[in-house]
Amino acid sequence: MNPTVLIAIPLLPLLAAIVAGLGGRLIGRAGAHWLTCGAVAASCVLSFLVLKQICLDGVPVYDAKVYTWLVSDGLHMEVGFLIDRLTALMMAVVTFVSLCVHVYTIGYMSDDPGYTRFFSYISLFTFSMLMLVMANNFLQLFFGWEAVGLVSYLLIGFWYTRPSAIFANLKAFIVNRIGDFGFVLGIAGVVYFTQSLAYRDAFAAAPNMAQALIPLSRTWSVPALTLICICLFIGAMGKSAQVPLHVWLPDSMEGPTPISALIHAATMVTAGIFMVARLSPLFEYSDAALSFVLVIGATTAFFMGLLGVVHNDIKRVIAYSTLSQLGYMTVALGVSAYGAAIFHLMTHAFFKALLFLAAGSVIIALHHEQDMRRMGGLAKYMPVTAATCWIGALALVGTPFFSGFYSKDAIIEAVGESHRWGATYAYWCVLCGVFVTALYTFRMLFLTFHGPERFRDATHTHEAHVDAGRMIGPDEPTQVLDDGQAPGGDHSDHGHGATPRESPAVVTVPLVALAIPSILIGALTVGPVLFGHYFTGSILVLDRNDVLGAIGEEFGGPVLFALQGLLAAPFWLAAAGAVTAWAFFLRRPAWADLAVRKARWLYRVLTEKYYFDWFNERILAALARLIGVGLWKGGDEALIDGALVNGSAATVGWLGSVMRRVQSGYLYSYAFWMMIGLALLLGWFLAHARF
Amino acid sequence: MLIEALFYVFAAILVAASLAVITARNPVYSALALVMCFVTSAAIWLLLEAEFLAVVLVLVYVGAVMVLFLFVIMMLDINLAELRQGFTRFAWLGWLTALAVIVEIVGVVWARGGLGIDASRGALPAPAGYSNTLELGRVLYTRYAYPLELAAMLLLVAIVAAIALTMRQRAGLKYQDVSRQVAVRREQRLRIVKMDAEKRP
Amino acid sequence: MITLAQLLTLSAIVFSLAIAGIFLNRKNMILLLMCVELLLLAANFNFIAFSRYLSDINGQVFVFFVLTVAAAESAIGLAILVVLFRERGSINVEDLNTLKG
Repeated sequence: MNPTVLIAIPLLPLLAAIVAGLGGRLIGRAGAHWLTCGAVAASCVLSFLVLKQICLDGVPVYDAKVYTWLVSDGLHMEVGFLIDRLTALMMAVVTFVSLCVHVYTIGYMSDDPGYTRFFSYISLFTFSMLMLVMANNFLQLFFGWEAVGLVSYLLIGFWYTRPSAIFANLKAFIVNRIGDFGFVLGIAGVVYFTQSLAYRDAFAAAPNMAQALIPLSRTWSVPALTLICICLFIGAMGKSAQVPLHVWLPDSMEGPTPISALIHAATMVTAGIFMVARLSPLFEYSDAALSFVLVIGATTAFFMGLLGVVHNDIKRVIAYSTLSQLGYMTVALGVSAYGAAIFHLMTHAFFKALLFLAAGSVIIALHHEQDMRRMGGLAKYMPVTAATCWIGALALVGTPFFSGFYSKDAIIEAVGESHRWGATYAYWCVLCGVFVTALYTFRMLFLTFHGPERFRDATHTHEAHVDAGRMIGPDEPTQVLDDGQAPGGDHSDHGHGATPRESPAVVTVPLVALAIPSILIGALTVGPVLFGHYFTGSILVLDRNDVLGAIGEEFGGPVLFALQGLLAAPFWLAAAGAVTAWAFFLRRPAWADLAVRKARWLYRVLTEKYYFDWFNERILAALARLIGVGLWKGGDEALIDGALVNGSAATVGWLGSVMRRVQSGYLYSYAFWMMIGLALLLGWFLAHARF
Repeated sequence: MLIEALFYVFAAILVAASLAVITARNPVYSALALVMCFVTSAAIWLLLEAEFLAVVLVLVYVGAVMVLFLFVIMMLDINLAELRQGFTRFAWLGWLTALAVIVEIVGVVWARGGLGIDASRGALPAPAGYSNTLELGRVLYTRYAYPLELAAMLLLVAIVAAIALTMRQRAGLKYQDVSRQVAVRREQRLRIVKMDAEKRP
Repeated sequence: MITLAQLLTLSAIVFSLAIAGIFLNRKNMILLLMCVELLLLAANFNFIAFSRYLSDINGQVFVFFVLTVAAAESAIGLAILVVLFRERGSINVEDLNTLKG
């Protein structure tokens, strides 16, 4: 494989990002989007070329360094690429989704003053994500990990004049730092045991590390590998938004919709999943760590899905759906079905990006209205959006023959097959999760595209206008606020109350481009990717853990698999969810109100998001603030300033005031002291002299 | 025996005179008592066969230094009452310190072997034809020639310093200040006056 | 026969009296100077005694230098005293506390 091509893949978006970011004024808006889209397109084409070489031409795995940054005490810190089937697949997914989002952004952000800045950021993101994916050592992985976190931070706070956006991006940053703390500890653990940052050294040392013990206290020691894996997974929990570090993801919807699609659904949040799969040779040797992964994932999958049922903001609903699906992937990792996790990651990337972009399309059409209670009946005005959104939704709930079905069903079956500790709990979680997924997905569809046309209602309040105004961007809120007209651009005539119109081609083309793989990619690739030996060599699964292999023995092709799926419990649960949604939200909306009234406490717990934010803000943050204030008042002001700095000065001053009394200035007092001193000295001499 | 008796007499006078120096009400008496101290000391030194130093002590101290003291005491108009005020305030401390010092020194002297020599013996008699002045002069002008020159220099400096300190600038005396002469500016000396040209009458 | 111990004791007595004099006449600068002379005299006594009893002429050379220094010291001391009296109109040591911090 040609290293130049590999270097070009991440560097092209980086160059584009630098040029668009620093020279945005020179090249203009059109220049910025042509440059960045061109760079990402080129890197996408090259990525697919690499994928073809790896998968079809049988080119051997590429694992080499391309640049040594520094060598310190035998520890090599270098940039290197590990290109195998897993990497190639991730590169293709990342660049393809990124390209779609780039194109879509041309339409979505057309009237935003930060247009070139936005393109610079998303190209930078593509670079960072590629560096993360292509890394062959922990340092580069960490670099990419932090870089995507940085871009995520920048993009959530893209509309930096909105306090809520700043709050959200800070929240994302801080929560991710907590995860990164674990991640760094995990990497440190690996370096401690192997004296190397390279994957291959760590993988080679994994069985030894599984034997080693780390003492946590005098009497209690844990296997080193378990501790390292759990630490690394804590990093993944932050990045992939697993309970309890998930709180940043729903708030990250403050960012522009393309970002929600690209970063907070399709690619960045899956970095944690990718990382665990990449490091499968480590995780495989620690059952305890995998059980931890399994339980966390199962909890996220079910309980975060439930939240999607009660929220009304269309983007938040999809965000909770993302959380839930990330939980599914994590569950797959937890039962050693790494292939299934990556497969679900891939299909999810397509249909979740599709759902987000479709939601974005709706949001533009309704002039930046995000509340589903003010939508409805849009299907006949926006046929393309509605159709693609339906496709995405069907894929999400796992309708047979759609891509999501293959991946999700494989996960559920894998969990059912597994005998790992916690697998039973996880099985029930993912199974019930199917029902919940269907419920919130169809609720969203029905509320948005069907039923009465509530967007014409005069109920849209001033508040909604303010929201809408904020969505436009920092510079032009008042115009929108006054007359309901957007300040120019494609959808300026879509005021509230006016008839919504289908979005322009730059928006719908990516929708269609994503809809096609959302349907087909599962059926096309399930055989080779999931049950073939696609990941052999890049993902290690011990024989005793090989649940996918067990399922694969019964696999008889995608069609048969789907037909079997029609008879299985998940399909019927999904159908039940769909019917429930239809009954509660389309047919008899009064039932929904009744249910809310009957189970008020449950509704409240759900709308308050299980009180995680409350806990974090009131308890954790308050404690941290308390410690901070204590250190500030007690440690800094009292101890350092008071006792050490001013205290020493005061002591010297006090001592001086005492000594000043001795220094009377009278000649005779000096003479007196001299004489007395003489007498004392003589006495001392006499006492110590040896006669 | 005679020498010992003389020593005791002079020692008693010396101690009494010393007491008088520190307790006399009038500084003039103190100065005279101090003269007495010097004289008796010189006598004791004579007994010790340090003739030259005894003579020098009388000449320099009694003849010069003490005269200077008396001169200053009498020249200055001193308020004695004020100076005597609180005479006994620190007396206890003074006697205590003095007592401590004397006990310590005597302790050293009388302790067995405290000085490393036998302090209870008398001095060796000088050999016949011994001249203290000759011996002193011999070392002073050979071994201590440089210190002697330095001592002479010190005395010269002391004379100059004493004169410089006490010299007074009298009013109405005219003298040059070179630094001010050098630092003078044109404006202080010269005034240019613009005048109209006048017609010849 | 005068013993060394007798001489040293005598000088110690004079020395102590001079110290006591400094405490007693703490206000009168002239007397302070006189007491210093007395101290030096006591020291000279020791020099001469040791010189004599050790038969070493060097001790007497030291007395010679001490006398020189003492003479210079009293000359300058008295000169300062005169200047002081001229400035302050007093030789009371209690008036001289400009060294006070």
